[in-house]
Amino acid sequence: MSLVLQAAILGVLTGGVYALMASGLTLIFGVMRIINVGQGALVILGAYLSFVLFHNWHIDPFVGLLLTMPVMFLIGAVLEVAFIRPLKTDREALSVLVTYALALGIEGVLGYIFTANYRELSVWYDTQSFPLFGFRITLVYIFGFVLCLAILATLFLVLYRTAFGAAIRATMLNRTAAQLVGVDVERVSAMAFGIGVATAAAGGAVFGITNAFNPGSHYDLISRLLTIIVLGGLGSLRGAIIAALIMLVTTDVASVIISPEWSSFVFFVILVGVLIVRPQGLYGVRVRERI
Amino acid sequence: MRKPVSMIAAGFALALSACGTSGSTSGSPQAAAPITIGVSVSLSGDFSGDGKALQQGYDLWAQDINAKGGLLGHKVTMKYADDASSTQQVVTNYQTLITQDKVALVFGPFSSKLTIPASAVVDRYGYAFPEPAGGGPAVFQQGLHSIFFVQPAAVEDNLVSYANWVKSLSPKPNTVAYATEDDPFTQPQVDKAKSLLEAAGLHTVYYHVYSSEPIDWSPFALAVAHSNADVVILGTQLPDALAFVKTFAQQHYNPKTLVETTGPDQGSQFSDPLGKNTEGIMVPAGWTPDAKAYGNEKFAIEFVAKYGGQFADISADSAEAYSVGQVVEQAANKANSIDNKALINALHNGTYQTIQGPMSFDSVGKPQGGVGVYIEQWQSGQAIFVFPSNVAAAKPEYPKANWQQ
Repeated sequence: MSLVLQAAILGVLTGGVYALMASGLTLIFGVMRIINVGQGALVILGAYLSFVLFHNWHIDPFVGLLLTMPVMFLIGAVLEVAFIRPLKTDREALSVLVTYALALGIEGVLGYIFTANYRELSVWYDTQSFPLFGFRITLVYIFGFVLCLAILATLFLVLYRTAFGAAIRATMLNRTAAQLVGVDVERVSAMAFGIGVATAAAGGAVFGITNAFNPGSHYDLISRLLTIIVLGGLGSLRGAIIAALIMLVTTDVASVIISPEWSSFVFFVILVGVLIVRPQGLYGVRVRERI
Repeated sequence: MRKPVSMIAAGFALALSACGTSGSTSGSPQAAAPITIGVSVSLSGDFSGDGKALQQGYDLWAQDINAKGGLLGHKVTMKYADDASSTQQVVTNYQTLITQDKVALVFGPFSSKLTIPASAVVDRYGYAFPEPAGGGPAVFQQGLHSIFFVQPAAVEDNLVSYANWVKSLSPKPNTVAYATEDDPFTQPQVDKAKSLLEAAGLHTVYYHVYSSEPIDWSPFALAVAHSNADVVILGTQLPDALAFVKTFAQQHYNPKTLVETTGPDQGSQFSDPLGKNTEGIMVPAGWTPDAKAYGNEKFAIEFVAKYGGQFADISADSAEAYSVGQVVEQAANKANSIDNKALINALHNGTYQTIQGPMSFDSVGKPQGGVGVYIEQWQSGQAIFVFPSNVAAAKPEYPKANWQQ
C-alpha cells in the first residue's frame, strides 16, 4: 500500500512538471488557434540552455531560469513574428508544418552544437530525499513542483488580474471581436507565444534534472504534451494541469499495481473514455463553426 | 471542433512519424573512390547516441583501410543514411543504398530492433550483412545465411558471466529483482540470467518488462527498490540506466550488486551524471580499451587522436563497428574478392581477428567459440574487467558500496 501511495505522490509531483510544459502549448493554442508541434523541441532547448549555464558557470538550473526564461520569451516572440505571422491562408493547418519544421531545425542545431550524446543536469540535490510517513520524497521533484505552482499561479494572475491578461482572454474567446474592440491581437499573439515558450524553458530545466536528454528527446515529449492538452481540452490552462496530473498519477500507480507494461494503456483507456463522453476534453469548449 | 481535431491528428502524425524523416549524408569524398559502403545509422531519435558512436567506428576503420591502400586495393567511401531510429526508415535506407546508390557493400545499423527488418531486405538483394549491434535471438531465428553478428557472443549470453559470478559468491545472495525494456536486445539477456539464477536456487522477488518509451521510469525503479532484493538485474539503455540509479540513490536502496545491460558501458555519458554513484555498478562487456586483442591498442590511440577525449570515453559501439570493418577486410583478403557472395562464403568459414578478440560464425551468423562476454565494474571512476579472473584487472567489489548522497 505504501508503494501505491508513494507512486501516487510521485505522479502528482512529476505531473506538475508536465503541467508546466503543457501549459505553454495550450496557451498558444488558446490565443492563436495553432498547435505548436515544436513545443517539445523548445523544452529540450530550454534544458540545453540550463545545461550551458550549469556546466560552464555552475549556475543552478532553478536560478538560471531568471536568465533562460526571458531569453526563451524573446526567442518565442521572434519565432512567432518570423514564422507564424506570415501565414495568411490556411494558417491553422500550415502552422503544424511550420512548427514541426522549427522542431527539426532546433534538433539539428542542438545536434550540431552538443552532438547526440545524452546530457543530464547533475545538481547536488538530485539524489537527495527526505522521509515522510515511512517513505522517501525526492527533493528535486518537490523543487520542480513548487516551481510549477509558482509559474502557473503567475500565469493565472497575469491572465485574470491584468489588462494584458484580459486582452489574451478576449483573443482566446473571439479573435475578430477582440480586434474590433481595439485589442492588438498580433502583439498579444507574439507575447502569448513568447510566454508559452518561456514556460518551456522552466519545464526544460526540471526535465533536464530528472531525465537524460539529447536533441532527439523532443519526439516522445511532444506526443505526451499533445495527449495532455487533448484530455484537458484544447486551450484550457486548468484542463492541462488536471490532465497532466491524471496522466502521471494513473500511469505511475498502474505501473506498480498492475505492471509497467500496462501503465500507458490504463491512461489511454481513461483518455478514450473521456473523449467519448466529452469530445472537447475535460475543460474544452464546444465550438460551432460555419462551414 | 473539426479544425482543431484535424490539427491535433496532424500533430500526432508528424510527431509519430519522426521516424519518417530521413537525411542522407555522405562520408568524406575522395578523389578516387572506387567503392562505397552503405550504412543506415541512427543520427536522430532514441539511438542517436549509439548511432553516432557507430559512425565514428566505421569512419575510423575506413580511414585505416584507405591508409593501407584500400579494401583489396579499392579505396573506400562510407555513405550514411539517417534512419531516425525507426524500423520503417531503416528498411527504406538499405533499399535506397542498394538499388539507387548502388553501394558495393553494406554494414549493419544499431540495435537488434533495426537489424531485424534491415537484414530481411539486405538478404533479398544478396548482400552480405556484417553488423555490429543486432545480436538478439530474433535476429538469428530468421535463419538468414547473409547476416554476421560481429560481437564475441550472442546477446542472450551477455549476462551468463555475471550469473556465473553471482552463483560463485559466498554467502550466496538470496533474492533477485529483474526489470527490462521490451527490447530484443535487453530482454533476452535478462531472461537468460533469470533462468540460470532460478535454477541455482536464487529467489525472484520482482520481474517486469516495461515499454522502452515510458512516460516515467521512476515508478518501476520504486517498485524494484521496494522489493529490497539482494541482486538487481536491469535490461536498460543509457537513459533508464541513469534513471534507475538515481531513484535507488534517492530511496537509499542499496542492493548488494547491480548490473545493467547498457549504460555503464557508455563512458563519460554514464559517469558525468552519476559522479561517485557509478561505484560498484556492473555491465556485460566484450571490449575494453585496455584489452590485448588484435589491433586494439592502435584503435584506441587513433580513436582518441581523431575524436578527442580519453580511452574511457570510447563507446563499445565504436569498437564493435570497427570490428565489422576488420572482419570484412580479412574475409575479402581470404576470398580475394569483394563480391558479396564470395564474402558470405568466406565469413562462414574460418576465424577472424578483431579488437574484441577472435570470432567465427555459424550458418545463421551467430558468433561461435569467441572469447565470451565479460563483466566490467565501475571502480574509482573507471570501468574495468573484474570477471572471469583470467581477464580481470581487479577483484569485483562485493557488496557494492552504498550510494553517496
